[in-house]
Amino acid sequence: MIKKSLASVLRMFCVGAVVLLAGCSTELMSPKGDIGMQERTLILTALGLMLVVVIPVIVMTLLFAYRFRASNKKAAYKPKWAHSTAIEVVVWTVPCIIVAILAVITWRTSHSLDPYKPLESDVKPITVEVVSMDWKWLFIYPDYGVASVNQMAMPVGVPVNFRITSDTVMNSFFIPQLGSQVYSMAGMETKLHLIANEPGVYRGLSANYSGAGFSDMRFDAIATTQEGFDNWIKQAKAVPQALDATSYASLAQPSTRLPVTYYSTVTPDFFGTIVNKYMGMDMSHGDKSMAMDMPMPMHHAETKVAE
Amino acid sequence: MLSQIFGKLTLDAVPFHEPIIMGTLAVVIVGGLALLGAITYYGKWTYLWKEWFTSVDHKRIGVMYIILALVMLLRGFADAIMMRMQQAIANNDAAGYLPPHHYDQIFTAHGVIMIFFVAMPLIVGLMNVIVPLQIGARDVAYPFLNSLSFWLAAVGAVLVMLSMFVGDFAATGWLAYPPLSELGYSPTTGVDYYIWSLQISGLGTTLTGINFVVTILRMRAPGMKMMQMPVFTWTALVANILIVAAFPVLTATLALLTADRYLGTHFFTNELGGNPMMYVNLIWVWGHPEVYILILPCFGAFSEIISTFSGKPLFGYKSMVYATCCIGVMSFLVWLHHFFTMGSGANVNAFFGIMTMIISVPTGVKLFNWLFTMYHGRVRFTAPVLWTIGFMITFTIGGMTGVLLAVPAADFVLHNSLFLIAHFHNVIIGGVVFGCLAAIHFWFPKAFGFTLNEFWGKVSFWCWLVGFYVAFMPLYVLGFMGMTRRMNHYANPDWHPYLVVAAFGAVIIALGIGALLVQFWVSFRERKQNLDLSGDPWDGRTLEWATSSPPPFYNFAIVPHIDDIDQHWEDKERRVAYKRPARYEDIHMPRNTGAGVYISVAGFFLCFGLIWHIWWLAGLGLLGMVGSFIARSYDRDVDYWVPASEVARIENERFAALKEAA
Repeated sequence: MIKKSLASVLRMFCVGAVVLLAGCSTELMSPKGDIGMQERTLILTALGLMLVVVIPVIVMTLLFAYRFRASNKKAAYKPKWAHSTAIEVVVWTVPCIIVAILAVITWRTSHSLDPYKPLESDVKPITVEVVSMDWKWLFIYPDYGVASVNQMAMPVGVPVNFRITSDTVMNSFFIPQLGSQVYSMAGMETKLHLIANEPGVYRGLSANYSGAGFSDMRFDAIATTQEGFDNWIKQAKAVPQALDATSYASLAQPSTRLPVTYYSTVTPDFFGTIVNKYMGMDMSHGDKSMAMDMPMPMHHAETKVAE
Repeated sequence: MLSQIFGKLTLDAVPFHEPIIMGTLAVVIVGGLALLGAITYYGKWTYLWKEWFTSVDHKRIGVMYIILALVMLLRGFADAIMMRMQQAIANNDAAGYLPPHHYDQIFTAHGVIMIFFVAMPLIVGLMNVIVPLQIGARDVAYPFLNSLSFWLAAVGAVLVMLSMFVGDFAATGWLAYPPLSELGYSPTTGVDYYIWSLQISGLGTTLTGINFVVTILRMRAPGMKMMQMPVFTWTALVANILIVAAFPVLTATLALLTADRYLGTHFFTNELGGNPMMYVNLIWVWGHPEVYILILPCFGAFSEIISTFSGKPLFGYKSMVYATCCIGVMSFLVWLHHFFTMGSGANVNAFFGIMTMIISVPTGVKLFNWLFTMYHGRVRFTAPVLWTIGFMITFTIGGMTGVLLAVPAADFVLHNSLFLIAHFHNVIIGGVVFGCLAAIHFWFPKAFGFTLNEFWGKVSFWCWLVGFYVAFMPLYVLGFMGMTRRMNHYANPDWHPYLVVAAFGAVIIALGIGALLVQFWVSFRERKQNLDLSGDPWDGRTLEWATSSPPPFYNFAIVPHIDDIDQHWEDKERRVAYKRPARYEDIHMPRNTGAGVYISVAGFFLCFGLIWHIWWLAGLGLLGMVGSFIARSYDRDVDYWVPASEVARIENERFAALKEAA
C-alpha cells in the first residue's frame, strides 16, 4: 500500500515537472520588453529561493511518513518525545532567513519595477493615453493627435508612458509579454511605464473582469521600428474620422469585438476630459472648457505615498 | 398596483427560456418532493422537528452545518465543472454552451457558495461538534444563539439557491467589486441576492464567533489552562476571534453598497465622489482574515490527526500555539496584496508584500512541527492520515506560489491570472477541503458512533489528490501563458490543451466526491459491524475521546478535571480512564427551542422582500424577526435539570458497551 502510494506520488511529481518545463516557453517566460525580463528573473529567483525550503519539506514528509510507518518495527518509537529546542531553533530560523532574503529582493524590486517609475533611457519617451470602455480599449496619442481603438503601436526601444483611466467599471491594462499591468479606474489616472525590446505583435487584454463583454476586451500591441511606427501614425492620420464629443458618444455605447478603428484628429486633452467627467459634475463628454477649469481633487498619482 | 404587491417580481423573473436552469429546477422539485414525501411517509416530521431542527445541542447543530455544507458542495462543484466544460470547448472564440450572462453568474456563485456556504459551514460545523467536547463543556455558551446562527446560515444558502430559479444571481465575481456591482452596471436583482444572502448568513457567523470565543474562554473544564487546550481548540479560538473582528467589516461594507443600490448614495460609484477603491480595501480587510478563519481550524485538525495516528504528542505544542496567534494577528496586515496593481506606491506595496511573506514563517514552522510529530512515531496510514500527508505536500506547493504572488513586481504579471486561481485552489482545496475531509473522517465515529469505511475513504482521497493536480497544475502554466481569470471564451489555441486537461481533472475530483457519497452510504449500511463501542476508536489523546460515541447529550456525566494537554492519553497511561464515579449529580441543560427557526424564516421573508422591493413583505419579515426574538426573551422556560438517576441509567449503558468493547 505504502509503496504504491509513494510510487504514485512520485509519478505525480514527474507530471508536475513536465508541466512546469512546458511552462518555460510561455509568454511570461519569453518576455519581449525590459520590464517583463526583469520580472521573469525575479519570479525565477524567488521560486528558486523558496524551493530551498519546499523541496526538503516535501521529501521529509514522504520520508518520515514512510520510515515511521506503524509496520516498521525497526524505527525507534518514542511516544513521549515532543520537544527539541535545537529543532525548534532551526525550523524558526531557516524560514526567517529565506524570508529576510526575499524581503530585501521584494523591497528593491517594488521600487525598481514600480509601474509609476519612468524608465531610464536616452530616448525621448512617447505618451499613450489609454481608456478602458465597455468593451474595448481606446488609445490616444496626444503628441501626434491621433487615436485608435483595439490596436496600439509603439516604436521598439522607446519607453512608453501610459496614462490609464476607465470610462466604465474597473479593468486592468495588461500586455503580458511586455510586463506589468495596472488597473484602469474611472475618475482616476493610473500610470504605467513599459518598453518593447523586440518588434512583434503582442496580445493585450483586460486582466480584470468587467462585465458581459469582458472576454473580448483584447487588443494588439504592435512593437515596430521607428519607421513602422511613423507609418502607423500616417495611416491613422489618413482616415476621415475625428475623435470628438460626437464620435466618442457613439464609441462609448457598449459593444464587443469592435474592429480596429483610427481617428485622425483628437480634441485636445480629451483624456483629461474623460477623467474629469466623474469628478463631481455630470457634464457632457465634450465640454472640455469646464472640465479644464476644474481642479482634479483625487488624481491617483497624487494619492501615491511619497518616496 | 401590482408593483405595490409584488415589487419588482414578475413572472419574467423565472428563466423559462434557459433549458439548463429549467432542467435543474425540475430535478430540484422532483428530488425535493421525493424527500418531503419520504419524510412524511416514514412519519419523521415530529422527530426531525423535535430532535434536530429545534435542537440546541452543539453536536446536532454541528452535524446540520456539515450536511448543509455537503449539499452546497454539490451545487458549488456543479458550477465548477460547468465552468471547466465551457472553457474546454470555447476555444477559438467559439460560444461554448454558456453565454456570458449565465457563465458570469456561475463563476460568481461558485466562489460565493464554496467560501460562504461550503467552507464556512464545514468549519463552523466541525467546531460545533468538537470544541465543547475537547474542553469538557456541556454545550456552547449560548445554545439558542447557536441554533439561530445555523438557521440564518441555512436561509442564506436558500436565498443563493433560489436566485437560480427566481431572478438571477450577481454576475460580478465573488466579491462584487463596485462600480460593476452598482445599480448602473448591475441593474437586476442579482447583486441584491448576493448582498442579502451574505448579510443574513454573515449575521449568523458573527454570532457564532461571539459564542465560541465566550465558550472557549469561559467554559473550559476545571484545571484546563489556556496552554493546556487541545490545538484544535486553540485554532478555533483564534479563528473565532478573527470572525468577531472581521465579519463586522464585511457587514458594514455590504451595508454601504446596499445604501448605494437602495438609497442612491455614492460611496462606491464612479460618480459624485464615490470611491470604488475604498470598497476593494474594505472587502479585503475582511477577506484576508477570512481565509485564515478557514485554514486555522484545519491546521488544528491536522495537528490532532497527525499526533493521534503517530501515537505521540504534537511536536512543539507551544510553538504551534504561538504560530497560530502570530498568523491571527498578521492576517489583518496583509490585505493590500490582493491589489498591488491598483497603483499604490512602491513603499506601500513592498510593506504588504513583506508582511505577507512573514506570515509564511509561522506557517512553515507548523509544517515542520507536523513533520517532527511523525518523527519517532508509529504512523498508521488511515484515511485521515492520507488526507494529512496529501495536505502537507499540496499546501507546501500552494504556500510557495502564494509567497511568489506576494512579491509585488511578480504579481504585476501574475495578478488575476489563472496562476492566481491555481494558487488559491491549491491552498483552499489542499488545505481547507483536505482538512475538513480529514476531520470528518477522524471525528465521524465520535459524532455517529460508527467508523467510516476505510476503502472508499482512500478511493476518495486518491481521486481528490490526483484530480486536484490534474485540474490545477495546467492552470499554473496557463497563468504563465497570460490567460486571465473569468474568461467566457478565448482565441489563443495554445491554451486549449491545458484547459481540456483541467476539465479532465475536474472529472476526477467529481469521482472523489462520488466516492465520498458512496463511502457514507456503505458505512451507514455496515454500521453494525463498525460500531465504536469504546468511544475511542483511534487510541485518541484529547478529552472528546473519553466520552461515548456518540456522546450523551450532556457530553460528560462528571465534568473532568484537567491537568494535561493530552488528558485522555495520560488518563489511559495512568489507568484512570473510564473510571465509574461513586455517584452522579443532576445536570443542568438548555431546553430545545424553535425560536431560531422562526426568526430565520422571518429573516428569509425580510431578505426576499428587500431583494424584490416588496416592502410590505420585508416589513412583515422584520416584524417577525424582532417579534420572535422578543417573545424568546420573555420565555423563562429555557433550561431544565437531568435527574441523577437518568444520568446513571445512560452511564450504565455506556459502561456495558465499554465492557463489550473490551
